[in-house]
Amino acid sequence: MSKNTDTLAAGSVAGDLRLVNVTKRFGDFTAVNDLTLTIPQGSFFALLGASGCGKTTTLRMVSGLEEPTAGRVLIGEGDITRLRPYKRPVNTVFQNYALFPHLTVAENIAFGLKRRGVKDVKQPVQDMLDLIELSHIGSRKPNQLSGGQQQRVALGRALINRPRVLLLDEPLGALDLKLRRQMQIELKRIQTEVGLTFVHVTHDQEEAMTMADTIAVMNHGRIEQLGSPTDLYENPKTTFVANFLGQSNLLPGKAVGTVGGDGEHVQVTLDDGTRVLVPSARNCAVGEQIIVGVRPEKMSIHASAAEVPAGRNVLAPGLVTDTSFVGVSTQYLVKAAGSEEIGVFVQNDGAQIFRPGTEVVVSWDPSQGFGLDGRQDIDAGAEADLEAAS
Amino acid sequence: MPAHPQVHHRPSMKTRSVAVLNWFRKHVIAIVAGLIFFFLLVPNAVVVWMSFNKPSGKYNVKWEQFSLDAWKNPLNDGILHDPLMLSLEIALVATLVATVLGTMIAFAIVRHSFKGRGFVNSVLFLPMAAPEIVMGTTLLALFLNTFGVGFLGFKSILIAHIMFCVSYVVITVKSRLNGMDPMLEKAAQDLYATPWQTFWRVTFPLVAPGIGAAALLSFALSFDDFIITEMTAGSSLTFPYWIWNAVQKGIPPQVNVIGSLMLVITLAGIAVAEVPKWVKATKSH
Repeated sequence: MSKNTDTLAAGSVAGDLRLVNVTKRFGDFTAVNDLTLTIPQGSFFALLGASGCGKTTTLRMVSGLEEPTAGRVLIGEGDITRLRPYKRPVNTVFQNYALFPHLTVAENIAFGLKRRGVKDVKQPVQDMLDLIELSHIGSRKPNQLSGGQQQRVALGRALINRPRVLLLDEPLGALDLKLRRQMQIELKRIQTEVGLTFVHVTHDQEEAMTMADTIAVMNHGRIEQLGSPTDLYENPKTTFVANFLGQSNLLPGKAVGTVGGDGEHVQVTLDDGTRVLVPSARNCAVGEQIIVGVRPEKMSIHASAAEVPAGRNVLAPGLVTDTSFVGVSTQYLVKAAGSEEIGVFVQNDGAQIFRPGTEVVVSWDPSQGFGLDGRQDIDAGAEADLEAAS
Repeated sequence: MPAHPQVHHRPSMKTRSVAVLNWFRKHVIAIVAGLIFFFLLVPNAVVVWMSFNKPSGKYNVKWEQFSLDAWKNPLNDGILHDPLMLSLEIALVATLVATVLGTMIAFAIVRHSFKGRGFVNSVLFLPMAAPEIVMGTTLLALFLNTFGVGFLGFKSILIAHIMFCVSYVVITVKSRLNGMDPMLEKAAQDLYATPWQTFWRVTFPLVAPGIGAAALLSFALSFDDFIITEMTAGSSLTFPYWIWNAVQKGIPPQVNVIGSLMLVITLAGIAVAEVPKWVKATKSH
């Protein structure tokens, strides 16, 4: 994989999947809106978004099951925009697997090779059965398999063709949580082993973060933000990404100036009058209106303002409204007069646990905050996240 | 159940009646099922049984004497040959045409949306819903007015049979197609199958049981149709039509022989279709 990244850095587009100004409309509805995207060869790429954001339509335009209204789809230098699905070097793992019920597991896996006129499929099919660890049940029919086994057959059936791009359409959606975790790790292992380009469509942010090298967060047919899982989580550029990927405390305010050498920090007056600092390097706000974002696990909770170490951003005292003990951490909701509830996750390392109704003070290190453009909808992506989680 | 309750320690009346009731409760489904099977199968059994009769008169309606005469001479000295051959010929051709046509219509209705789809869908029910006698007389009028009396015969019967068989084929194949996951065909295309290969490798094998059932149904419907055939046959005699005419002069036991043969052929067909599945199922368990 590192080799592929190198060739990419050299400006080569040997096997990259590229979407150039791709638009797809269904009647009046624009499912995908002028999307331009390059997915490097050999990468594990996730398209993440709530239902209806255009991620599945994007996938189908790559597989050829949908044709773009405008724009081009390329693999390397080859334009595949108008190519029939069966002529594309692309295979899909479908959401409900779509295994052929009248064929055995081995015949399902051999299907693609046979259609391409490969004569001796026995050995490659056996190798694939070994890879997906189903050698013992190659002669069974799909309806005799468990969900996890069917999922692996669907993967094997696509993988055996060694496509230039493998598309995964919510491949783990039908599995229970435990199996899903196991398959996430297994998928990642197989991708590393075979080194193919995987494009994974999901609404599950945790799944995307676990597996993908790069995630594109989609919303209303556009890419909201693209980056590595850590980059997206630590430096969301919009309120949608901040809310959709994990949780964020978003505090609206006004930028009043910069402090520190070279304007290291932006000074912000929050709506309740509290003054806090945001690193300039992590501030996306262009105007005066700013939304300060802090992840709940970056916050600390104290019995009083006197206990807060110097140099931290401190919010006005509030009351604990909820205390949830979840084992590794304790999750608090804290409400101060005139502001939204603040979420605080505290690691259970022997620290005092505050009961609901206790007055507390919340603080964070200025370096842990980020700034967003204050003209956006502060709740964008919050409902989408809930919907995706349900 | 002991008929004589004079046992040494005699159970009280109450426990006995409870035991009977319990036995009945336990077996009620089997008893009802047995009665229903009896009801359904008795006519078939009578057909076979009466084929071994040697009637003294012209009517084979009263059991008299066991004989293999009718089985040794199933066509009744060739009298039955022509009507039987005509019926088989019409049934085979009508089945073939109606199955191909009906299957294509079913695909069009299920897979494509086109102007007038709803209309086609409901018109297809007409031949099934309309009384046969109405269909028959209407067709007769149509054929007479369009082609004249010389047209009546093989061609007119065939057209009429294809018409009503198509409806049954469409309904049968449609329900099978509706039950098929449309993603399977997309998956086949995704796995390098051309539209032609997708149809023969995926769609057809999955829809085939429905098409087969539709063909069997068409054959049975055509082979024994009487009312519409009678109206459109002109001077041609199909097998059911011949029996109808024969009733006036007497029915020979050969009619039962042919009926029994049809039954045997049907059972053989079912066996050919089901036994391999059954063997496979018992082997794998």
